Formats: sequence, structure tokens, C-alpha cells
Amino acid sequence: MSTLQLHTEEQIWDFLREVTDPEIPVLNIVEMGIARKVEIGEDGKVLVKITPTYSGCPAMNAIEKLVNEKLEERGVEEFTVKLDFAETWTTDWMTEEAKGKLKDYGIAPPEKSKEDDDFLKNLSSTKVVPCPFCDSFETELVSQFGSTACKSQYFCNACDQPFEHFKCI
Amino acid sequence: MTTETKEISKKEAFLTYLLRLADDRLILGQRMSEWCGHGPQLEEDLAMANMALDLIGHATALYEYAAEIEDKGHDEDYFAYFRDDRDFVNLQLCELPKGDFGFTIARQFLFSAFSYFQYERLKDAKDEQFSGMISKHLKEIKYHLRHSREWVLRLGDGTEESNKRTQESFDELWMYLGELFHMDEVDELMIKEGLGVDSTKFKEDWKKLVEDTLIEATLTVPDWDQFMMSGSRKGIHTEHLGHMLAQMQFLRRSHPDAEWK
Repeated sequence: MSTLQLHTEEQIWDFLREVTDPEIPVLNIVEMGIARKVEIGEDGKVLVKITPTYSGCPAMNAIEKLVNEKLEERGVEEFTVKLDFAETWTTDWMTEEAKGKLKDYGIAPPEKSKEDDDFLKNLSSTKVVPCPFCDSFETELVSQFGSTACKSQYFCNACDQPFEHFKCI
Repeated sequence: MTTETKEISKKEAFLTYLLRLADDRLILGQRMSEWCGHGPQLEEDLAMANMALDLIGHATALYEYAAEIEDKGHDEDYFAYFRDDRDFVNLQLCELPKGDFGFTIARQFLFSAFSYFQYERLKDAKDEQFSGMISKHLKEIKYHLRHSREWVLRLGDGTEESNKRTQESFDELWMYLGELFHMDEVDELMIKEGLGVDSTKFKEDWKKLVEDTLIEATLTVPDWDQFMMSGSRKGIHTEHLGHMLAQMQFLRRSHPDAEWK
């Protein structure tokens, strides 16, 4: 058996930071909270666990492929990338820095998600989302669904710009 | 209630249970996807394509897990593309043709409301992978419910024409709702094992949400005590399912070994 070139967990995390979300190229999969776990076994084998954001997200297969390619490119010899469903992805896993990058990119970032015990009572209420361009609250929801599974569409009446909001889940 | 009680193992029951949930979502997702490029307006076209994607995503995860439980080397594509109509155990409600926008919205509302109550309870199932999936899908179902409910209100309380068509849609859909609350030996075993839910327990909550919404939308609640269809959980379907499967499965079956690269 050949000796494996060993990498530290930190190095693997750094490699993962080089993988960006194909739909939102300003964010990498670590700050998105998609890459969940890196484990290095005693034999040097690397296990990377990733979790999908939205169940139907077509970017997920692409991300899995990109992670595999990245680890290969970086000379990680033996590794497994595993999709994990046990934990439920939430926008709260997105770092503050990532939310800032989203806003700069023109997408209103998700606010802190809360357990909506009163979901049924609040069926008709819509959230006020500030415009990522002019910070105005004079905005309105156009559609709960947008160009990708994770976004909804808004319009800013102050600066007359349509914009997208990263749905809070 | 169960006249012929067959002995089934926990594994068989769990597999069937997962397939019922998955089939509902695949079949409804496929129906929703038929709107892609035909929506009444761009935003709704996107919304319906998004919901189709969510539903097919839910089905994929459930099929993958079903394949793992079944342990016969099948995968999600096998369940979606290589079973015949009598093998599908989805609700008849999900397979009905998409109809007009009012019909699609009425069906989506009834199903999303049912899924919401069902998943709220299923998310505590005693199986980490299963309950994890359910919790994830529940978040998306809430968006579907909000969306379809708002449209029921808008269409019902809209123009004379939109009210008429939406009312007709609910009238037509009503006889497919009885099945939502049929329980058999699979459900009973799953409830016993902490993996399933008793849908009759939330029937009143679901009815209340449906009735309140219809009344707010100035629609008439159809008669609950009318003839109700049954049998889909045993593979009995309307004539529409076979036609839909023919279209959905044709390509895959003509090229069974093809792979996406």
C-alpha cells in the first residue's frame, strides 16, 4: 500500500473554501454552510460531509462534482464526499460575512430564521425586506419564487429596482 | 377497518410508506412541471417550475432512502422510471391532469395543506435520516402552502370567471380527498414503530384550514359526505396515470443504460 500524502483538517477546509456556489459565485460552500464536516481517519482517508440547501436545488449535483474535482486537483488521494440529510440546512448557517457579500452582489440576505410556531396564524403576512441597493423599506413582494429555488422576488418602490431576496429557511 | 390483515414486516411497511410519500411528490411534481413555459405570467411560471423542482427533489431523497431500506441494488431512477402504473401508490389527487390554473392551484392548496399537517408530525419520526429529510421538506412545503392559499383567495374572490372556475375545480377535486385519511396495515405498523402518522388525528385541523380559506375566498365548501374515490394506496388509479407515465418514462426506458455526464 502506498503512503498517503497527509493533509490536515484545516487544509481540507481551505480547499473547500475554493469551491464556490455555481448559482451565487460570490459565496463559497463553507460560508454558505453547505460543507458541514471534515473528518480524517487514522488511515489518512478524508471524509467530507455536505448537505443540500433546497431539496430540488440543481446546483447540488454540480457542487458535489466540484468538491470532488477540487480535492483531486489539490492532491488529496483518498477521500469520500457524502451527502448528509440528518441535519437540516438553515440560512442561519450562513456567516455574517457571506450575508454581506450577498448584499453587495445585489441579493437581499436572509434575516435570522425563527421557529414559526404561529405559521398558520401568519399565513397571510409577508416579511418586509430592505432593498439591497438603497436600503429602503419601501419594498414589495412580487413572488415567493424566483430564478432559483432559494430566492424570492421583490421590487423596491424607492429606487424602482427589482431585486432578489435569499429566502430565509 | 382492515378486513384482510396481511402480515407485513417493519421493513416492508417502511418501504411502502416511503414509496407512498415519494410517489405523491413525483407524480404531482411531474404535473406541476407541465406548466413550465405555459404559466399565466412569468412569475407564476417560475413559481410552478420551482415547486415542481421541490417536489421532485423531495421524491428523489425519499426514493434514495427507500432503495437503501429495500437493499436490492435499486436506485431512485428505478422507482421513478421502471415501475408500471399498478406499482405506483400515489394519491389519485396527485395524478389528475393539470387542468387550468385554477384547478392546479386548488389541488396544490389541498395537497400542500395536507402535507403541512402530515410533515409537522412526521418530523419527529424515530429515524434520523428520515426525520431530517422531512424537516427539510417541511420548510419548503410552507412556501407552497402560502403561495397556493394566496392564489385561492385571489381567484375565488376575483372576477366572476375566476370564481366560477375555481369553484368548479374544488367541486371536481372533492371526491379525491377521502383517500387522504384512509389508513391501512402499513400506516398502523408505522405508527406503532414511531415512523408514521395517523392522518385522522389532524383531519379536523386540515378541514378547518380548507374551509376557512374557501369561505374567505367567497367559495362554497362542497359536501364532505359525497361519494369518495379510493384504492390508490393499493395501486388502483384513474385512467390518467398510465398516460402520464408513458410520457414520463418513455425516454428512460428506451435508453435504460444512458447516463448524464
